[in-house]
Amino acid sequence: MVNLKRIASVLALGACFVASQGYAAGGATHFEPAELEPGNVSSLQRGARNFMNYCAGCHSAQYVRYNTIGKDLDLSEEQLIDNLMFNAEKTFETIQASMPAEDSKRWYGKTPPDLSLMARAKGADYVYNFLKGFYVSEDSPTGVNNVVLQGTSMPHVLWELQGYQTANFEDHENEDGSVTTTFKGFEPLSAGSMDAEDYDEFVRDTVNFLAYIAEPVRSDRRKLGVWVLMFLIFFFILATQLKKAIWKDVT
Amino acid sequence: MTEDDLDRNRRHFLTVATVTTGVIGAGLVAIPFISSLKPSARAQALGAPVEVPIGSMQPGEMVRVLWRGKLVFVLRRTEDMLAKLPEGLDKLRDPDSTEFPDHQPDYAANDTRSVKPEYLVVEGSCTHLGCAPLEDFEVRPAEGWGGGFFCPCHGSKFDLAGRVYSGVPAPSNLRVPPHRFVRDDLILIGQDTGAA
Amino acid sequence: MSRIEAEVGKPQGGFIKWIDDRFPMTSTLKYHVTEYYASKNFNWWYVFGVLAMVVLVIQLVTGIFLTMNYKPSAAEAFASVEYIMRDVEWGWLIRYMHSTGASFFFIVVYLHMFRAMLYGSYKKPRELIWLIGMLIFLVLMAEAFAGYLLPWGQMSYWGAQVIISLFGAIPVVGDALVEIIRGDYSISDITLNRFFALHVIVLPLALIGLIFVHIVALHEVGSNNPDGIEIKKNKGPDGVPLDGVPFHPHHTSKDLVGIIVFLMIFSSVVFFAPDMGGYFLEHANFEPANPTATPEHIAPVWYFTPYYAILRAVPDKFWGFVLFALAVILPIFLPWLDRARVRSIRYRGWMYKTALSVFVITFFALLWLGLAPAEGLYVILARIFSVLYFAFFLLMPYYTSIDKTKPVPDRVVYHG
Repeated sequence: MVNLKRIASVLALGACFVASQGYAAGGATHFEPAELEPGNVSSLQRGARNFMNYCAGCHSAQYVRYNTIGKDLDLSEEQLIDNLMFNAEKTFETIQASMPAEDSKRWYGKTPPDLSLMARAKGADYVYNFLKGFYVSEDSPTGVNNVVLQGTSMPHVLWELQGYQTANFEDHENEDGSVTTTFKGFEPLSAGSMDAEDYDEFVRDTVNFLAYIAEPVRSDRRKLGVWVLMFLIFFFILATQLKKAIWKDVT
Repeated sequence: MTEDDLDRNRRHFLTVATVTTGVIGAGLVAIPFISSLKPSARAQALGAPVEVPIGSMQPGEMVRVLWRGKLVFVLRRTEDMLAKLPEGLDKLRDPDSTEFPDHQPDYAANDTRSVKPEYLVVEGSCTHLGCAPLEDFEVRPAEGWGGGFFCPCHGSKFDLAGRVYSGVPAPSNLRVPPHRFVRDDLILIGQDTGAA
Repeated sequence: MSRIEAEVGKPQGGFIKWIDDRFPMTSTLKYHVTEYYASKNFNWWYVFGVLAMVVLVIQLVTGIFLTMNYKPSAAEAFASVEYIMRDVEWGWLIRYMHSTGASFFFIVVYLHMFRAMLYGSYKKPRELIWLIGMLIFLVLMAEAFAGYLLPWGQMSYWGAQVIISLFGAIPVVGDALVEIIRGDYSISDITLNRFFALHVIVLPLALIGLIFVHIVALHEVGSNNPDGIEIKKNKGPDGVPLDGVPFHPHHTSKDLVGIIVFLMIFSSVVFFAPDMGGYFLEHANFEPANPTATPEHIAPVWYFTPYYAILRAVPDKFWGFVLFALAVILPIFLPWLDRARVRSIRYRGWMYKTALSVFVITFFALLWLGLAPAEGLYVILARIFSVLYFAFFLLMPYYTSIDKTKPVPDRVVYHG
């Protein structure tokens, strides 16, 4: 038994070591945590509405079906059709961008990426900070740049809500003479229809939804996992007793 | 009972309990694997109900549509065709469509095997081995042929209500898929919830 | 008597006998299971062989079901994986089991190999078992590498790009070899297609064949044990080793406990952390392969990184490749590098114990360094640990022959 525990703890340690690395590969930028609530259905519902109103014009989510969203977010077929399906007819369709890809490529120089897996590929914190990170920049054709993704071709779609802001940067000369520019914070330039807190909440809901569509089975798998582990614990107890009974005579 | 017997009993019990649990576990694990073989969400989406506009169909005209990848015939029968349906029932194997109740929804289990007598909706798949029957609406009394469908693979014959003739390989009438009239000029094949 | 009756068709002894007259079923079962005697003092290090079989079965079964829905073409591969994850009922579970299984295969096999190093299982007369085992390990690496390209994500693409380019370091034939592996001038649909063939047919067949031979060889000489004592030297009057217990039911019942513990850990990952923080499923691999943009940070999957760290520690393409290859194949020679007269670490002197401990630290350090960016202090550390890695093997003939070993008892140590 002692040995068994040792092995288990070695494995667990290894797992912790690996898990602790997390998104370490993400780069030097420090992200404000998105603090999502994956189980909050009303947040997800608001996020879905935000997504369809502000994102789906240009971005597709080509692997996501409306009826899956309906099932997972407790939305009826009518609610789906009335509130989310602006450019789809059937609930089993996947989310396509309203704007044809050729048009958006011509206008922005780049087809807006599909968002099905964005939160999983980049991390929810990345997306959260990206949506909050637009600042006025005269060098850019869209009039804005982004602290998370410098030179992004995406315009500040949510400006009406957030308003415009400028970003302060500080140059720091390194020992070898190179210059490192660090981001030092935003300064509001014009007010939007939302105050900062409401805007954060808006973005949080939206990112929550993006994280959900990146892996719709997430909550299902966790629920199932508990049952699987309980079964295995029961099985473990039986098997341990059996092993003891069989090995009883071995001296 | 000696201590040895007790041990043996305990071991036997534990063996049976462990093996049973293992078998149950294996069975439970098999469920997702077998379920994964069912039509996926995409297959279900592609197999969604199909709308067939019938507003411009002339009497005697037939259209072919695909529902779930299966061929479906929609035939607008003429007055003449309808009038001949009750004739020669003795040549049919199952004229009342009672032998296989699941071959047509209840609302099509009637003399014309249809919701509206004029419109026949049947799957174009021979009940013998799944070939697509050919339509042959020409009446040839000399051959005893009152018009209907003929399967080129093995010679099965069906009348203008998709009812199978006796003495042919096909064992049953052509299947009637679930369908409903959304409007007078529009049939929805594959779904019949709501008004029949 | 029975033979005559069998000839006239009278069943004697029932169905089992009918089979046994035509196929060595009962004798095979006896030889490999019910009368295969292995030492009673096995500890839990001895469970990893069975666990490797369990993972193999998981990979084969989930692999078959994935193959039913996966499309091996550059245009469709990425989408077909998402199709499995979303549209196929339970597809997510099957896919997560397969992706988690890949990492666990290496965890289990590395621990299985470490067990052999702890107790000298590769030493005479078990050299061939070790050799076949190393072949299995090489095929497993190829299998994992081919499989990693299939999702056709960014890491699939660029990871394959880096590793395949390695072979370009071979003088003269390198460039031609790289083109033959890819079947194209860059990694493409063609590469994906052939890697699929390798991953689902060629390499699994090779794996299964080698594992079969591995076990046949093992059962020929018998299992080693934590004391490194030949249990066949002490047989009772019935010819059964005194320290042996039959594989079934004794070791099977014990292995079952190990399997269940393994399944608990395995399920915990599958259900609660299938990405494993980006190490079992890398984040960038959720973006489709894009030949025009390399992801910022690129490293192979964790189980390859110890060797990858050695590769990067060398500032020369050719020698980097040589040391990389050497690092992978050096363990093959363990049976001849190890000169100690005892097998088990229990009776070895301080030198081997120290060497093995340092080696374990080295291995983990290289694993970690292979994941870290190749800059500054990391490069220096990688060089230090690379030297230690090779020193463990190359100095082994020396330190194992002068190491002071302890006397080995006649019978295995077992506290019932």
